Amino acid sequence: MNAALVIIAGVFLFALGLGVRARGGKQMNLSEWAVAGRSFGAWLMFLLMAGEIYTTFTFLGASGWAYGRGAPAFYILAYGAVAFVASYWLAPPIWQYARDHGLVSQPDFFRHKYGSRALGILVALVGVVAMVPYLVLQFKGLGIIVSEASYGTISPAVAIWLGAIGVVLYVVVSGIHGSAWTAVVKDILILGVAVFLGLYLPFKLHGGIGPMFEAIEAQRPGFLTLPARGQSASWFMSTVALTAIGFYMWPHSFGSIFSAKGADAFRKNAIVLPLYQLVMLFVMFVGFAALLSVPGLTGTDADLALLRVSLLSFDPWVVGVIGAAGVLTALVPGSMILMSASTILAKNVLYPERSTDDPQVARAAKLAVPVVAALSLWFTFRGGDSIVALLLMGYAFVTQLAPSLLCSLLPRNPLSRTGAIAGIIAGEITVAWTSLTKASVASLLPSAPGWFQDLNIGFAALLVNIAVAAIVSRFSRPRQVSA
Amino acid sequence: MKARHLLALLPPTALLASGWVANRVEPMVLGLPFLLVWIAGWVVATSLVMWFVYHLDHRPPSA
Repeated sequence: MNAALVIIAGVFLFALGLGVRARGGKQMNLSEWAVAGRSFGAWLMFLLMAGEIYTTFTFLGASGWAYGRGAPAFYILAYGAVAFVASYWLAPPIWQYARDHGLVSQPDFFRHKYGSRALGILVALVGVVAMVPYLVLQFKGLGIIVSEASYGTISPAVAIWLGAIGVVLYVVVSGIHGSAWTAVVKDILILGVAVFLGLYLPFKLHGGIGPMFEAIEAQRPGFLTLPARGQSASWFMSTVALTAIGFYMWPHSFGSIFSAKGADAFRKNAIVLPLYQLVMLFVMFVGFAALLSVPGLTGTDADLALLRVSLLSFDPWVVGVIGAAGVLTALVPGSMILMSASTILAKNVLYPERSTDDPQVARAAKLAVPVVAALSLWFTFRGGDSIVALLLMGYAFVTQLAPSLLCSLLPRNPLSRTGAIAGIIAGEITVAWTSLTKASVASLLPSAPGWFQDLNIGFAALLVNIAVAAIVSRFSRPRQVSA
Repeated sequence: MKARHLLALLPPTALLASGWVANRVEPMVLGLPFLLVWIAGWVVATSLVMWFVYHLDHRPPSA
């Protein structure tokens, strides 16, 4: 066992320890856990929201895409800012409605707004399905980190198993109690590591950020701009729009809106959080630095870029600190996602009629944890997608909830209950079918104009969703919903 | 919808349009390719604009 693995294992045990300690304190029931008693002020909301920005996706995915794709990776910097502007107006009414009606989860919100139990169950299933690729990418990230930091002595497959067992153990031992403090430690560590690597590596390896980009432009002309076709300007626009819309549609993000003490917290966050996004810039610098120094990683191996360039440049103990930051960025969101998915499965799918505090519901939620983890593991070993591709798939699923959510916030909802359900189902079928067949707009509509073919397929599914929802609502009896 | 709320539409519009209006490497600013500077600049501008909007929204009502 080398120094890097010792540090990573130590940080994991420390996080587990924080969880055990926190558990000794106040015991919370499921509903208190879900919305933390609606007690979070602007600062805690900031940490909660910011914590969701920094996942393995940021760390390995953003650097991997900068390495493998170049300019298309810039979308990662842009979408958060768009989402935060929207949240200034969208989050307060959602928060208000949830507080007035005592709602604790995303499916509750849809069910209540449309007065439809079926819609509640559908939304719950969509949330769980979308969270699987999100969880898969955290497992993948953990596997990459542990295997790379072991300098090849632990195979990626064994490392993924270790990572998954680690996340399940963490959830079982600490629940949400551990997550708050671990999230703070994680954010500080990742902030430090990202800024340090993003400045140090370009200067050490290439003599500065400017010379690094000039060398890339000389070696790979066109790599730092969007291509004319494929991941082009219209791909960029549709992907930024899709991920910005999807940002608050994730069950765990939507749920975090409910935890605020007041509506003003979101408005303040819309000011601060865009700046926080700039950290992505440094992570992308790492990917670009790796491009010139450790070339040759192709396909999904591009996700290894950050760790490979770190192995090249640092002693094992520094690699250990970087790996530990990476492990926390997978562990905290991974455990949040696993818990959200299990709770929703138990509360909103299996026992929609029971109270959240029913012991049967809590038991089912706990049993669902290893089941969801096992399912995600199966997908991890089966799929050959990069971290960013997995996240985009999850976004495509979860974004299908947006039209019926946004319409429900209007003074007079244009969508009927049946219309909302039909739209979501049509959108999800489109996403699932195109993910399985790897279809793109270009392969489906070979004669469409180029800019249209380059639209993100999730965006196209959203258009199908809206069209179906509008048509079905037109022909089904409009239902007066409570405002 | 007030004028300041239209102001808030500016950064998202600029970001979504990046690929059409700023898809260039030159001129490099602070060593960064222009497309990246454009996006990073508008992210910072988002913060400033939202700060401005927030303060206008929270002005004490004038007589």
